Amino acid sequence: MRRVVITGAGTVNALGQNVPDTLEAMREGRCGITDLEFPDVERLSIRIGGQIKNFDENERFNRQQLALYDRFTQFTLIAAREAIAQSGLEFTDELSARAGVVLGNSGGGMTTLDENYRSVYEEGKNRVHPFVVPKLMNNAAASHVSMEFNLRGPSFTVSSACASSNHAMSQAFQMIHGGFCRAMITGGSESMLCFGGVKAWEGLRVMSKDACRPFSANRNGMVQGEGAGVFVFEEYEHARKRGATILAEVVGFAMTSDASDIVMPSKMGAARTIAGALNDAKITPDQVGYINAHGTGTAANDKTECAAVSDVFGHHADKVMISSTKAMHGHLIGGTGAVELLACIMALRDGVIAPTIGYEEFDPECALDVVPNEAREARIDYALSNAFAFGGLNSVLALKRF
Amino acid sequence: MSIKDKVIAIIAEQAVLEPSDVTMDSTLESLGIDSLGLVESIFAIEEAFDITVPFNANEPDQSDFDISSVASIVAGIEKLVTEQAA
Repeated sequence: MRRVVITGAGTVNALGQNVPDTLEAMREGRCGITDLEFPDVERLSIRIGGQIKNFDENERFNRQQLALYDRFTQFTLIAAREAIAQSGLEFTDELSARAGVVLGNSGGGMTTLDENYRSVYEEGKNRVHPFVVPKLMNNAAASHVSMEFNLRGPSFTVSSACASSNHAMSQAFQMIHGGFCRAMITGGSESMLCFGGVKAWEGLRVMSKDACRPFSANRNGMVQGEGAGVFVFEEYEHARKRGATILAEVVGFAMTSDASDIVMPSKMGAARTIAGALNDAKITPDQVGYINAHGTGTAANDKTECAAVSDVFGHHADKVMISSTKAMHGHLIGGTGAVELLACIMALRDGVIAPTIGYEEFDPECALDVVPNEAREARIDYALSNAFAFGGLNSVLALKRF
Repeated sequence: MSIKDKVIAIIAEQAVLEPSDVTMDSTLESLGIDSLGLVESIFAIEEAFDITVPFNANEPDQSDFDISSVASIVAGIEKLVTEQAA
């Protein structure tokens, strides 16, 4: 089987509009969650989110592009440009045919849907822009990346709610691992921060009105974010021969389903996935130095996730560092695993463990080293990234320092 | 229909029981209503009385709205309906 390495990374999220700015914010434990700004926000009871501010779409794209690019596509393209530029890859000839795009996304073009529903239902208009469908479809971002970079191999979008990006990256990993592709553009994006998007989440009564405080006893729910994380996964020999800079190696993954409840997480499902990723990577728990937690800040997720980690890690559970960066960038739903993989790369490459900010009160049900409030320096060899989605769909990735 | 009867009818429907099976000292758990059923019941109550119930599923014990029994839910709704009318 072929080894798979990461040779490029890109992002735009509430912490920064590129990777260096995002990592600096993570190191400093900055919070990107602010008051939401969009039409009708005053009719919401949840008014905070990891919204990307100071983002002028007109500076980034021309009028013809914007007619086709929903916000989630814009974020994806910006992140993909950064990742591919860093990798130094050019997709011509045979490489073009052996490279594709697999991205995670949950809501598709929610802003486009919201704006157009508003125009036909609220304003009573009987005509919509001809590009509404190609703009809102979930695969729009993957398709535009394939077009902009001439990627002619397998390309599609994976949708599994909060695990979408991890599922997408697992799929991209497999395609290279199995020899089917040389390079894959992968990760994910989300942009649900519009009136209808937040209103829908509000209904479930799991959102916090004030802050995301993962693992803290006084946590009171999740906070949404938006943005994208995109990576270049490349076959190791291919990367080595061209002298590419390698950010980390992807050494394993696991995907499972709880087959039990549509919203409640399962300890057994989470534990099976974590153990599966270790097994796939052929490593033992004591080799893992850091886990980027799913850590949503809900009562149910955090205690279930900690119990699952304790089950799998045994004695080593007290030694492994586990943090949730969602307290900084919010929960990016279908894009969350991608932005969170950046924290794993930072841990492996720079030896900096991103903190769980907003941590205020010890919770005996989350009694692990959650790296509270301040980043920590540590040299680690392996990192895991957890994602446990609504619908009971789980995916965990294992990365190795290169 | 009184507030009490209306709330009991909503809870009974959610629990797939007859209203006569729902007593004031029943708990949602004893009626077999899980967390999703609870959120759905609260939504139905909000719609029926046109009120907003302050409830966060992450801290059910800490919200101002007491869901420990049918009686406490009825009392909470009566309070909210009165406050809204005032």
